[in-house]
Amino acid sequence: MHTTETPQSKTAPTGQNAKPTVIDEHIIEIVSDSGEGAQTAGQAFGTISARMGNGIWTVEIIPAEIEPPPRTSSGASGIRIRLGSNQITNMGNEADIIVAFNEQALLGREETGNLKKGATIILENRWKDHTNNVIREQYAEVMEHLLAEGYNVIEIPMEEETLKIVKNPRRGKNMFVLGMLSYIYSRDMELAREQIRFAFRKKGEKVIAPNLQLLEAGYNWAKNNLDFQYEITSPPISKPMVVTNGNVAIGMGIMASGMEVCAMYPITPATSASHYLSEVFENAGGMVHQAEDELAACAFAIGASYAGKCAVTITSGPGMALKTELLGLASMAEIPLVLVDVQRGGPSTGLPTKVEQGDLLSAMFNSPGDNPKVVLAPSTIEDCFYSMITARKIAETFRIPVLVLSDANLATGQQPYPRPEFKEEWVAPPYDQNPVPEGTIPYDWDEKTGLSKRIIPGQPGGLFRVTGLAHTRDGHVAYGAGVNQEGCDKRSLKIATFQKTLKTPRVYGPEEGDLLLVGWGSTRGAIEEAVDKARKEGLTVSSLHLKFLMPMASGIGEILKKFKKVITVEINFSDNPEREMITEENRRYSNLAWLLRARYLVDVDSFSNVHGQPLKPSAILEMTRRELKKLN
Amino acid sequence: MFGVSIDNLLNLDQKYYQMDDYQSDIPRWCPGCGDNGILTATQRLLREEQIAPEKTVFVSGIGCSSRFPHYMNTYGFHSLHGRALPIAEGVKIRRPDLHVFVNMGDGDCFSIGAAHWIHALRYNMNMVAMVHDNNIYGLTKKQASPTTPKGLKSNTTPRGAVLEPLNPLVTTLAVSNVSFVANVVEWIPDLLFDVIKKAFHHKGFSFIRILQRCPHFTPHVFDPIMNEPDRLRLLTHDDGMVIPDAIKKIYKNVETHDPSNIHKAREYASDTETIPIGILFRDESVPTYDDIRKPTKPNTPSVINEALQREFDKFGIKPKND
Repeated sequence: MHTTETPQSKTAPTGQNAKPTVIDEHIIEIVSDSGEGAQTAGQAFGTISARMGNGIWTVEIIPAEIEPPPRTSSGASGIRIRLGSNQITNMGNEADIIVAFNEQALLGREETGNLKKGATIILENRWKDHTNNVIREQYAEVMEHLLAEGYNVIEIPMEEETLKIVKNPRRGKNMFVLGMLSYIYSRDMELAREQIRFAFRKKGEKVIAPNLQLLEAGYNWAKNNLDFQYEITSPPISKPMVVTNGNVAIGMGIMASGMEVCAMYPITPATSASHYLSEVFENAGGMVHQAEDELAACAFAIGASYAGKCAVTITSGPGMALKTELLGLASMAEIPLVLVDVQRGGPSTGLPTKVEQGDLLSAMFNSPGDNPKVVLAPSTIEDCFYSMITARKIAETFRIPVLVLSDANLATGQQPYPRPEFKEEWVAPPYDQNPVPEGTIPYDWDEKTGLSKRIIPGQPGGLFRVTGLAHTRDGHVAYGAGVNQEGCDKRSLKIATFQKTLKTPRVYGPEEGDLLLVGWGSTRGAIEEAVDKARKEGLTVSSLHLKFLMPMASGIGEILKKFKKVITVEINFSDNPEREMITEENRRYSNLAWLLRARYLVDVDSFSNVHGQPLKPSAILEMTRRELKKLN
Repeated sequence: MFGVSIDNLLNLDQKYYQMDDYQSDIPRWCPGCGDNGILTATQRLLREEQIAPEKTVFVSGIGCSSRFPHYMNTYGFHSLHGRALPIAEGVKIRRPDLHVFVNMGDGDCFSIGAAHWIHALRYNMNMVAMVHDNNIYGLTKKQASPTTPKGLKSNTTPRGAVLEPLNPLVTTLAVSNVSFVANVVEWIPDLLFDVIKKAFHHKGFSFIRILQRCPHFTPHVFDPIMNEPDRLRLLTHDDGMVIPDAIKKIYKNVETHDPSNIHKAREYASDTETIPIGILFRDESVPTYDDIRKPTKPNTPSVINEALQREFDKFGIKPKND
């Protein structure tokens, strides 16, 4: 078919204010240069939507630098908000609407395949007639490309409108955008105003007032000029909920667990958990210690744990690498410790702001010699909260380091979840300072379980020495042949004892079939959404999500054996088996696949990448179709 | 009753601790090792102060000196090479009731743990840190340490140490928040004891560098100052080290030094010809990190619940009509 019409952008469609189109869900992105507040606007939009009862998931798009060069595709800073009538468990596939503060930031998202075909693009128009002809040309070039690709581009005078209210458009355009989006998605404006008052509560009325004006301006501009409006309805909220990101949930979980010392060293993307705790932990009698380095942070936590309640240290992969000698010490000396690793892209300093699940094997095997620890991974924001309470309990009961693996996806993703109901049993009991019965020894390992009771400094009669050297049951350094064997044996037994308490994880979907996808951590929502869609297409696929990675619950081997093929879905590296050099003898698998193969002797395959982005359900679905075609 | 305050009644449960009560395993240090003298001085301090062993924690790193906690009948934490200080800080942060001592070697504190040393001074937590400085790595069999004199032959410097040694006193006195710096030698036990005692009573981070002979690997490293007693400059003051008259007969180079004078302290510390012995610097007014970070609220379930509810409210969504 041929058409003579050249594609056109819409500069200012006339507002028609027809009835909003009702939709089930949408993905919205806001992108800007760093420092223009796209994330603030997006998080506020997400929260307003959650308060209206929508399911939401937000993901921040963060450059590694504080203020990278403006108007570049790699320096784009922004946010994605996925909204739905029902619960949303992941960031979804391609965006339906994107609001861009400049065309270069937009291009970065378009080139990486993040926009739906024909998506609506709401673009700042100030670059179009810019005095700098290089900018004008860049704009024209991108515009031509976008129109040729069939996007629905709407150019909007965001800056012009913002300048009517504030002097510096960099500090205001975002609230104008929030206003526009509030109109487009028929948001409750009273909730939006409340959200602005909350977001700027520390800055005072001087800042709140113009931002409220900008919100109204954006709303009215959209109302008068746009010819479309959506509505995403939701059942009314029936019980109290909270909306937080994963790092805030971890901070709250730490408070709820009764731990009182958190020692840390700044590292992206973990630090925001410590920022949050630094603000509020003292209200719960706790403290955040910023140590001189990662080792000192871990050592400080170990010292505090040894002399009192279990302490926590928060870090990311490179920090965990530095802490390994101390994790070995905690394991050897049997001092409770919780370590949170908010994973980022590796190896080395890798991709500081991007998501990866590449630390699983290093978390399990990172110290020299045998150093048993417990490794668990939350899979939702809510799970981040409860995992901290669980981790503290395991650490204290088993006198063992517990590693909690979150990632950049959970760290900045926001999701509503039921408001937790406080239970006293979450909180660590006061530490024992009673006299120790005569004859008590510090490593009085139970023959069956490997457990022994911890003696805490201050307890009369309990005097003993802790050492990272091989030691006897009474804590004495000893190099005898049997001593180290016994110590290693008893410390390892604790893992087996703990494993007996774990429930077999439930299969998502039928318990047998052609294909089983196995995941861990933040990929749960994307995997289960892909499974749902595949099953609707008649494909026999199920999934299994593991929370405990070390040890793994019993019954997993039997589950794996009920499927013709098992594939782990992970965000970490594995060799592409189709490469010429790669054979079954040299292929390197993704983290969990290695573990499942070794433990269960099942021929587990890997589906993984290190693009630094959350996995899209569509990519998992596509892989599922492909693999099932191969099988049948 | 009869006007006798019950506080004045003799507590019969109270035990009088003897030296033996502070002794655990028999030390496995070499005969003639200077660490033995430091151990004795420390045990003497605990006996003199009648400190309850269960209220005392000795934290150490790795090395000969770091076996120290095994020989003290108290709580002890023999940790990792270089990491004694941050572990001790963790012990102290929520346990003001515990007396914390840290024993490290020169390699431990000045090399692998150097970052922690600088920051421990800045945190100024209430504890006593002793560096057993024998100018060599002993346990790993004679490698040059940061304080090994230039020219000294070791297994890693077979043709003589090539670098000028680090001056730990100058370094220490340059860190902000430093509050107690002393230098002593283990072969004058009375002065060693006096300085450890003053350190114990100082509120803040008390740093004591102790020159200590290693009979195996550096038996002669301190000969120049041992053979010429005047090369030791004994610093005395009402607020500093007290020198018995008998000692003054041997060590005649005695000067009065007010430990509040940091400029003078730095001058003495920089002098490599004459070694200062005594308390170089002391400032009780420096705030301690344990005080600054003292909890304002107890970490009890009700306080935690209250704080959590406030947070849940902040991030909360209420059902409609609620």
